[in-house]
Amino acid sequence: MTTTTLDKPVERYLAAFETFERQRRGRDAFLAPIRKAAVARLAGLGFPTTRHEDWRFTNIAPLTRMQFAPANPGTQGVRVRDLTPYLFGDAGILRLVFVNGRFAAELSELHDVPAGLAVGSLAEALEKSPQVLEPHLARYVTYQDSVFAALNTAFLEDGAYVHVPRGRIVERPIHLLFVSTAAEQPTVSHPRNLIVAEEGSQVTLVESYVGLGQTTRGTAAPGCAYFTNPVTELIAGAGAVVDHCKVQRELESAFHFATLRVHTLRSATLASHSIALGGALVRNDVHAVLEGEGCDVDLNGLFVTAGSQHVDNFLRVEHVGVNCNSREFYKGILDGRSHGVFTGRIKVHKGAQKTDAKQTNRNLLLSAEAQVDTKPQLEIFADDVKCTHGATIGQLDADALFYLRVRGINLAAARSLLIYAFAGESMDQVKLLPLRTRLHELVVERLPQGELLRELV
Amino acid sequence: MGLLEIHNLHVRVADHEILKGIDLTVDSGQVHSIMGPNGSGKSTLAQVLAGRETFAVTEGEVLYDGRNLLELDPEVRACEGLFMAFQYPVEIPGVTTSYFLKSALNSLRKYRGRPELDAMDFLKLAREKLKLVDMDERLLNRSINEGFSGGEKKRNEIFQLAVLEPRLAILDETDSGLDIDALKIVARGVNQMRSPQRAFLVITHYQRLLNYIVPDFVHVMVDGRLVLSGGKEIALELEEKGYSWLEKEPAGATA
Repeated sequence: MTTTTLDKPVERYLAAFETFERQRRGRDAFLAPIRKAAVARLAGLGFPTTRHEDWRFTNIAPLTRMQFAPANPGTQGVRVRDLTPYLFGDAGILRLVFVNGRFAAELSELHDVPAGLAVGSLAEALEKSPQVLEPHLARYVTYQDSVFAALNTAFLEDGAYVHVPRGRIVERPIHLLFVSTAAEQPTVSHPRNLIVAEEGSQVTLVESYVGLGQTTRGTAAPGCAYFTNPVTELIAGAGAVVDHCKVQRELESAFHFATLRVHTLRSATLASHSIALGGALVRNDVHAVLEGEGCDVDLNGLFVTAGSQHVDNFLRVEHVGVNCNSREFYKGILDGRSHGVFTGRIKVHKGAQKTDAKQTNRNLLLSAEAQVDTKPQLEIFADDVKCTHGATIGQLDADALFYLRVRGINLAAARSLLIYAFAGESMDQVKLLPLRTRLHELVVERLPQGELLRELV
Repeated sequence: MGLLEIHNLHVRVADHEILKGIDLTVDSGQVHSIMGPNGSGKSTLAQVLAGRETFAVTEGEVLYDGRNLLELDPEVRACEGLFMAFQYPVEIPGVTTSYFLKSALNSLRKYRGRPELDAMDFLKLAREKLKLVDMDERLLNRSINEGFSGGEKKRNEIFQLAVLEPRLAILDETDSGLDIDALKIVARGVNQMRSPQRAFLVITHYQRLLNYIVPDFVHVMVDGRLVLSGGKEIALELEEKGYSWLEKEPAGATA
């Protein structure tokens, strides 16, 4: 059998897995056969090309061409003060910090953890209490059909484990902060997160991915590429209320391929926001399964791109239970030659009567070369459902611009104001106020003439 | 020298000539009304004066304070004291009225070398001006015109006029779509803003508004030309006879 260039990356990972598996021997309990199955799927699936329907607009050759070494262990000279630009709010927030995918206790803030709440390193939980993880870890994410989820499942080592007990309302938000430090050679990390909110519980989580170009000890090499491949499994039990926000601020040299698998049981309410600002080549795979009846899932996203960035948001929402509501509301703001992709697949299973599913994708193009591809896909097998979808791709409203200018606001300021207003609608859905404020600041920083809008934040 | 002098203005959009040689002079302190049938070009004139780029000026000139108005960007015209109340004010979700109007006002103040207002001072000013149009302070925190009724949108235009204190205020069919109560409020607001330092160009289709905003001069535009000019009694004549008798009248007639 002839090997094509696309097989080489798979071969490299298979070889790396052999070494990795040897290192893990004896440490994996229930996980060992799962890893094996995942790596078999990696080999079986291979990396997708643009001939693959779900990857039609995203060419991952720049990623597969590159060879990545496992990310360096240790905190790589990162100090708490390096993290300040990535924090929000105050001391009340529980913070788990990971450097290159590995838990860094000394950078984390975990005092006065509410009784019963498990929040800490997944690696530690795997070692000390694997029986608690076994019913959930890798039981939801469909790595069988996703090579990046399979890659993560094969190589997972550490990440966040959050388990909220029955009926517990966790007031303090939990911030999972993943920091990557670019090295002298391309490196990869596979953060793995498992979040379980038991029946009747409530929790607010923020998952940030940031690239540090410079640490206090100056050990990073900002121009070097790196690859972050996170998987998050988020389970909301019956009646649970979960508020989740993912903020992606990777460096310009980063590949970020993330999988979020959400599962909701009866009457659970879940809001998951995704704000993507960084990275060279980014893919967000969001897969939500509304299993129980009467669930409510809100998927809200915003990406802001410029230069030659490429961001691909691939959403799959499956309605299994009856009487469930889902809303996908994704917005893109594209400048330069950047490229955005949105796929919104809604599958309503046969018994999922009284489904109410809504999907909206709005894109604002700020330059002639920016481009967006948007694709709704509906598969409806029940007969009593409400399913609406809509997508727009446009430029700034000329009438609105003229209105502002006629009142004395100059063109550049008027443009910034309208772009900010467009983004604001997405950010205002983030309930956690200090985070929302920080997001407003970040977006203002990204806008042309953003300084004119300082006082709006 | 008039505040506004329009000489032989010709304007086209695409391949269609809309204004066919408009001559008009407006001095400070005066209220001029331009009436005319639909499609006569009244709104086009307003928009060209405000600086809308979709129209092409093919001939003629417009002087504002002796300066060539047409070479100025819309925001500069505003800074120079020109204001237009839109016929169809646009909704701008995500931008609050207070932020917008404070920015606009400060832009004008900065241009004139005056200190900018902070949020507190602006709020005080806004409260004063809101009284003129009977509007509630809560409007300040809402997005521009979002969810406003037609009457509220027009009153919002007059509120902005009151805050920005222009030297030349162009009202583009401000009365269209208003019931009599809203009309009276709008007219009252405008009348309270009349001053020797300010000129108004009131564009309207119906005579009714002019019962409340009594003009000094009335001009009638038909098919892109001003066919009749005179005093306020012209408005009453139009109310009685309609526009059709003028549509056959040669250009330049005076009452």
